[in-house]
Amino acid sequence: MIRFDNVVKRFDGRAVLDGVSFEIAKGEVLAVVGPSGTGKSVTLKHLVRLLTPTSGSVWLEDVEISAATGEELERIRERFGYLFQGGALLGWLTVAENVALPLREKTDLSPEEIDARVEEALKAVELTAAADRYPAEISGGMQKRAGLARAIVRRSDIILYDEPTSGLDPVTSVTINRLIRRLNRERGITSVVVTHDLQGALLFADRILMLKEGHVVETSTPEAFVHSTNKDVRDFLDAQFITESSFQQMKAEYEKKQ
Amino acid sequence: MTLTREPLYEDAPSNHWEALRRHAVGLFSAVGRCGRLAIESLACLPVTLARRDSRAAFMKQLYVAGIRTLPVITVVGLFTGMILGLQVGLALRRFNQESVFLGATVMLTLIREMGPFVTGICLSACVGSAMAAELGTMTVNDEVAALEIMSISPVRYLAAPRMGALLVMSPILAFYACVLGVVGGGIVGQTQLNVEFQQYMTSAMMMATVKDLFVGLFKAGIFGVVIGAVSCYQGFATRLGAVGVGRATQHSVIISFLLILMLGYMITRAFYLEFVL
Repeated sequence: MIRFDNVVKRFDGRAVLDGVSFEIAKGEVLAVVGPSGTGKSVTLKHLVRLLTPTSGSVWLEDVEISAATGEELERIRERFGYLFQGGALLGWLTVAENVALPLREKTDLSPEEIDARVEEALKAVELTAAADRYPAEISGGMQKRAGLARAIVRRSDIILYDEPTSGLDPVTSVTINRLIRRLNRERGITSVVVTHDLQGALLFADRILMLKEGHVVETSTPEAFVHSTNKDVRDFLDAQFITESSFQQMKAEYEKKQ
Repeated sequence: MTLTREPLYEDAPSNHWEALRRHAVGLFSAVGRCGRLAIESLACLPVTLARRDSRAAFMKQLYVAGIRTLPVITVVGLFTGMILGLQVGLALRRFNQESVFLGATVMLTLIREMGPFVTGICLSACVGSAMAAELGTMTVNDEVAALEIMSISPVRYLAAPRMGALLVMSPILAFYACVLGVVGGGIVGQTQLNVEFQQYMTSAMMMATVKDLFVGLFKAGIFGVVIGAVSCYQGFATRLGAVGVGRATQHSVIISFLLILMLGYMITRAFYLEFVL
């Protein structure tokens, strides 16, 4: 469905992405992990053409995203929802108005239909109680959930998550991770999640892609990832105290609570 | 218009000359983008005014640019007229001509130059800087990128109401500053130079023409667009977090100020060429 084809991206002569290639299947949850500054968010921004590759190409089915402009780019972007690190909510609009914004601006839906869609989206992220509050009046976790509601309200079939759990407490992080999985399961949403939370990623993702210094060092299922012999992967797992047995234990706990 | 987050060059310059050349190209590119932003924002204005939500945003910006700057413009306009009246009056007194020419000089100076100029400076400092900071913060917080991903044009949604508000309010405020300035000059004439207010006003109305008024208002309108374009451009071009927001704010004020000075001269030169030659 989505294909990164030998993408190179340079900033000030430095290759942030250096020949990155991978594919994402329809309905898949792909977690992109790796140390800071390895090009994870840059990868995500290429998917909606907020950035353009120095060389290589990015494809959505048979359309080249990296070459799209004007109405074609608009059509591509309509298929994506994007959750930014901080939620990126507009400060002068309430949570409900923020969620309604893409529908008000880009559809011909009646106000009643928009209200119904907004309510549905807020319900999906369990945020109906905060509908009339402004972004500054709610917590970081709530802001992220509001951002997620805005990302799903257009019924996009692909959602990109940029550090959805960064800066959140463990309980809220688990809630967000579960939400990502639930949206994927219930709505068949293809998800790309850039995260530092490897423990969470191992539980909710179908596949894990690890980037290091602009290169893909590993792409595998969570099970294969924890068994990987790649040194970079092992270092990354060790840094978060994840072992094969602890992974199995976490997985069992997670599935029990699902 | 697609906002770019990417540098013009992806590799480091090989030498100082190359760096200088790139700097010059970057400068021209910024001028071009800023001009394009102004044109596209103004072109979007009818669409903005046709939509209820955007109309509300436009009205809010009218309030911000107009009503909120009114106290500053009041003080600046009044005191500019008073200073002008005092300085010109003292100079004219040496030739015993203050009662004949004080009103005319103050009036002409204000409506042709000082009214639009001080209004431009006040708008740049009070409104333009705030716009650059607000849009800059939105840019670094990814709110502008979020709009783009939702296929909502930041130029139409954010820049057009601001630019439109400055285009409308700048001439109105300039006129208001001129009126207050003329009154201020009259007060100084009456209280310190023994020029009767009636005589001062007769002299003021005698020399000023409708053309002077329209050139002054036109100039103020251009200043409004320039301030809006520079501030919005600086806001959208903000990089590097809080430091970048500070820099964008500073640049918006400095660039607006310099452009107001330069364009002020050019417009005067264009409309009053017969007096120059």
